[in-house]
Amino acid sequence: MVKLAEWRGKEIYRRYGIPLPRGTVVRSPDEAAEAVRTKTVPLPCVAKAQVLAGGRGKGGAVRFATTADELRSTVADLLALEFKGEKVREVLVEERLSIEQEFYVAITLDRSRRLPVLIASRQGGVEIESVEESAIDRQWVHPFTGLSGYHRRQVARTLGLDGAPARALAGILDGLWRAFVAEDAELVEINPLARVGESLVALDAKVIIEDDATFRHPQYAAIPDDRTPLEEVAREKGIAFVQLDGNIGVIANGAGLTMATLDVLKEYGGAPGVFLDLGGTDDPKKVTEAFLLMAEARPAAVFLNIFGGVTRCDTVAEGLVAALASVPSDRRFPLVARIRGNNEAEGIALLRQAGIASIPDLREAGRAVVAAASGGRR
Amino acid sequence: MTVLVDRDTKVVVQGITGHQGTVHTRQMQRFGTRVVAGVTPGKAGTQVEGVPVYDAVADAVRATGANTSCIFVPAPFARDALFEAVDAGIRLAVVVTEHIPFHDMLSMYHYALARGTRIIGPNCPGIGAPGVAKVGIIPNVVFRPGPVGVISRSGTLTYEIVSGISEKGLGETTCIGLGGDPVVGTSFVDALPLFEADPDTKLIVLVGEIGGTAEEDAADYIRAYVHKPVVAYIAGASAPPGKRMGHAGAIVLRGRGTAESKQSALRAAGVSVARFPYEIPELVADRLRAASHR
Repeated sequence: MVKLAEWRGKEIYRRYGIPLPRGTVVRSPDEAAEAVRTKTVPLPCVAKAQVLAGGRGKGGAVRFATTADELRSTVADLLALEFKGEKVREVLVEERLSIEQEFYVAITLDRSRRLPVLIASRQGGVEIESVEESAIDRQWVHPFTGLSGYHRRQVARTLGLDGAPARALAGILDGLWRAFVAEDAELVEINPLARVGESLVALDAKVIIEDDATFRHPQYAAIPDDRTPLEEVAREKGIAFVQLDGNIGVIANGAGLTMATLDVLKEYGGAPGVFLDLGGTDDPKKVTEAFLLMAEARPAAVFLNIFGGVTRCDTVAEGLVAALASVPSDRRFPLVARIRGNNEAEGIALLRQAGIASIPDLREAGRAVVAAASGGRR
Repeated sequence: MTVLVDRDTKVVVQGITGHQGTVHTRQMQRFGTRVVAGVTPGKAGTQVEGVPVYDAVADAVRATGANTSCIFVPAPFARDALFEAVDAGIRLAVVVTEHIPFHDMLSMYHYALARGTRIIGPNCPGIGAPGVAKVGIIPNVVFRPGPVGVISRSGTLTYEIVSGISEKGLGETTCIGLGGDPVVGTSFVDALPLFEADPDTKLIVLVGEIGGTAEEDAADYIRAYVHKPVVAYIAGASAPPGKRMGHAGAIVLRGRGTAESKQSALRAAGVSVARFPYEIPELVADRLRAASHR
């Protein structure tokens, strides 16, 4: 899931012919003043902090300016802002339009129907979750037909548009559909889509690109996301790593088993702090890297819960033993292991040689980790 | 009886010369599966674990009568591999490959649906029917023949739960790992009628996860159409909202797809819901006992 900042989303919309306010993204007050001087941004204008978190309008991250000097200080203020934990590094500066109406349009995936769904509402400019069901129109689009004329006509009826605005809408919906497919998006959303006279303009852009499709779009892989620094390192190594608030580290393989392990730890009063999903691997080096990464997160205790399938138990044990030898003494942690499945006996033997017992019962193992964590430092 | 696979299942392994393809071909053979062919473009004439390799699925089907495919090819080529299997007349395709973009999977699903091929997966452990056949990567050691049908969205958690059922002395007719991706070829709702119709399956175990609404959909289906006892577990009750727990499916967004909503929907449909994986074997034993006294 690569969430794009508004300005990146708008760059995509521009390529698919979706009308946008005139403007540019700036990274300093000087750049903002320069954009006004060159008439890239007409006055009066709006300055929008480029953060991924929602609620920017209410949170003071969207501001207005009527002169170049005012814009300069507004941009300086926004760049000094930390919005919901996210540092503001970029500000989108755009012309301020007189808006007559605000609509909502988006395309995303409906998992249950296994079809893309085109969503439209006459009530734009607010979170779609807060709009009542009866005011939301949904149409499903088959991937083999793509967006068709009747889809466009129904959205026009939903939004109450005809004539020139309806024709503009048709072009926007086409662009949105082509962007959804060609960019491998999970979500393309315009909220609000503003009516300005006889034309329609995308005032905001929310685009989420699917992680798994970055082999077709390497440019999206490099875009910063809302991961913690350790999560970022893990991602580069191909390890799913999530930081939570507790003090117990969990290393498991597979999302389901990892979540089940967290459920059990919580039941015994433990607080999982980091979870690390090895996925399927038969490379002991990857296991070693995962353990060293875990040590960086400074857990009070670690629970290794592996069911060997693609990942063999002896591979995990081998990687673990190598990692324990290279963890610095100030980063050591109590370890509880439970390994089962393919090559279980070989894995258990390797661990035993290193002085680690494998506890086969999940309840017992869970209790042992929670006890070890409460005995250790936080 | 078994579900989806039987003694006539003849498997072609697409991507057989890759590391995983080779390893799991051997494991499937040890399970007793008839692996009749492999396919890797450019490797025709070679053998892997005694299995002849062909350049194309159509060649493999012509030469061996393969009717089922197990796909290991890397994600960028998986869509092509599936289209090839469908066009060669394969009836059941188990897609083990992970990280297939859902846009690719959308066209794979709808093409297979139109042509009458069933997809299991992607990103799935596959199907195992103890004593009969296995297509996929579920470890052989977890199985034991018995009366329980297992349907799961998880991978390794499935192994954990199936082995728990086996160790309790109960055993399985067939276990299907559906995969946890946003778009799957076969969902709970698609798999439930197969087990409901199978006379040897006396009870169904459903293993779900947070995220999406597949379990809620399953609950609706169970209430209307399933008469056999069902035991369920939903992983991720303790997961914080907004954090993606490992793969694309497992995320609670905007209060949808929570463990509570799934558990209560299932309970309302008469399903026994385990709070932890280790509660499942006991619940299965209880419901089987109760069913046999009726």
